[in-house]
Amino acid sequence: MIAVELRKLLRRPRTWVSIALLALLPTIVAVFLAVSDVAPRPGTGPAFLSAVLDNGALYPAAALAIVLPLFLPVAVAVVAGDAIAGEAQAGTLRYLLVRPVGRTRLLVAKLVSVMAYALLAVVVVAVTGYAVGTQLFGSGPLPSVSGTELSTGAATLRTVLAVLYVGWSMLGVAAVALFLSTVTDSPLAAALGAIALLVTSGVLVGLEASASVQPYLPTRYWLAFVDLFRDPVLTRDLVRGTALQGVYIAVFLAAAWANFTTKDVTS
Amino acid sequence: MIRTDGLTKRYGRVTAVDDLTLEVREGDRFGFLGPNGSGKTTTVRMLLGLVLPTSGAVELLGGRVGRATLAEVGALVEGPAFVSHLSGRANLRLSDAAGPGGTRSSRRRRVEEALEQVGLDGVDRRPVRAYSLGMRQRLGLAAALLRRPRLLVLDEPTNGLDPQGIREVRDLLLELNRQGTTVFLSSHLLSEVEALCTRIGVLDRGRMVLQGELGQFQQPTGLVQVLTDDVAQAVALLGPVVQERYPDGVLVRSDDPVRLNAALVGAGVRVRALNPQRRTLEAAVLEATGDGTDRVSA
Repeated sequence: MIAVELRKLLRRPRTWVSIALLALLPTIVAVFLAVSDVAPRPGTGPAFLSAVLDNGALYPAAALAIVLPLFLPVAVAVVAGDAIAGEAQAGTLRYLLVRPVGRTRLLVAKLVSVMAYALLAVVVVAVTGYAVGTQLFGSGPLPSVSGTELSTGAATLRTVLAVLYVGWSMLGVAAVALFLSTVTDSPLAAALGAIALLVTSGVLVGLEASASVQPYLPTRYWLAFVDLFRDPVLTRDLVRGTALQGVYIAVFLAAAWANFTTKDVTS
Repeated sequence: MIRTDGLTKRYGRVTAVDDLTLEVREGDRFGFLGPNGSGKTTTVRMLLGLVLPTSGAVELLGGRVGRATLAEVGALVEGPAFVSHLSGRANLRLSDAAGPGGTRSSRRRRVEEALEQVGLDGVDRRPVRAYSLGMRQRLGLAAALLRRPRLLVLDEPTNGLDPQGIREVRDLLLELNRQGTTVFLSSHLLSEVEALCTRIGVLDRGRMVLQGELGQFQQPTGLVQVLTDDVAQAVALLGPVVQERYPDGVLVRSDDPVRLNAALVGAGVRVRALNPQRRTLEAAVLEATGDGTDRVSA
């Protein structure tokens, strides 16, 4: 069943169009930076951008920082929100279930396919970022955010860890959207519900008055992957972020499972 | 093949299916009739494990509704549905790969056989969204037949088909049934059920109001329609058994059309036709059911 879901994902035009758009955004930013040669002042704008003009090898991380706040989670929420509700709306859910595909098995296959999408998107963005960055800005030894130099091996490892951390954060988004997808028969409503949660969380994270709840908000530690490029790596937020996402993933996946396996399929 | 016992489904305060006892035997062509909104679809969905009963039990192929039993059931529920940007073949291959049973190497053969059975073997690579309603219906049937099921559960299978298509589907179902497939056909079209089924069940407002052999609802009524030009002569001869008189014939109460005919012809009445009347399924069903539940009257 997992293979079937992956095949459906990869044969769907929407998958490739959305990933192409995701990769296009950092490319556009890079072209503007290269043409104008004006970088944001350090400390402003998306992470790493102030440093990429000197070294294109840092651009994959910068590209992730550009798509992470909004574009990537929206794409993941749309794909995950579509997972069950989309089948329900198309009427194919009933045929899958009587084929028969067990409900738990179907949910797992959908989750794997959503994760494959998120990872594919993150990797394409990182690879495009690397290609564009080194072409436009040239490459050199990768400096850490703290100013020291990183060896190529260490830099690659940290980039891979950053991709995994972002992927884990996106799994949190996917879990929420997947749960909503089992609740409603409208993929749009499921995606919108998940996005609403993220926007709310984003607003509260930026608000000083809500400091007391901030450690529990899903988007609070998303950008902590930047800490992977410090020397030494600042692990505090990374660990908290990983644990917090783990809780969101566990709770919402359990809710999705409990709801879907006991639900009347009337679509 | 299917046995339900006290099957009940309530949605809040609405009882969609009420204490339903249904029996479909191996080799049956079972027609499941009922007006719109009578609970047919909810029942079919419970048989297939899509809707969970509030109370009561379903026994499918002698077992629980689950992975092992559903693998031997082919179904078409409330119209076919496909991944619309893929071709019919690609859809069947995905469906075949999604569930248990069958090897990967024989998948192409299974798909081609199913397409051939429903008359779609020449179909090209167009995506399903470009198919006509009839083609989709055939493809849905192909998907149901893909695994050579022992039981076919079909909900309005001839929807959207032209008269030729309806005939082809009926012949296909008859042939499959001859080869041992049990057919459960849910429909609100009496004519379709009458033409295909051996046993029927009639549902009304969630309750089974009639169940039995089709033949027992089509018993002779004991009336014979006699068509003749000599109406006056016939009435004079037969006397009180004449129930009704038409310009071109009479309706006679008689248990033996042969003797009736001999008597008429012997007396010189020119008989053009003799039609023993049978009860129609329609009359039996209308008698057993009330108004359609989608009717909203004050």
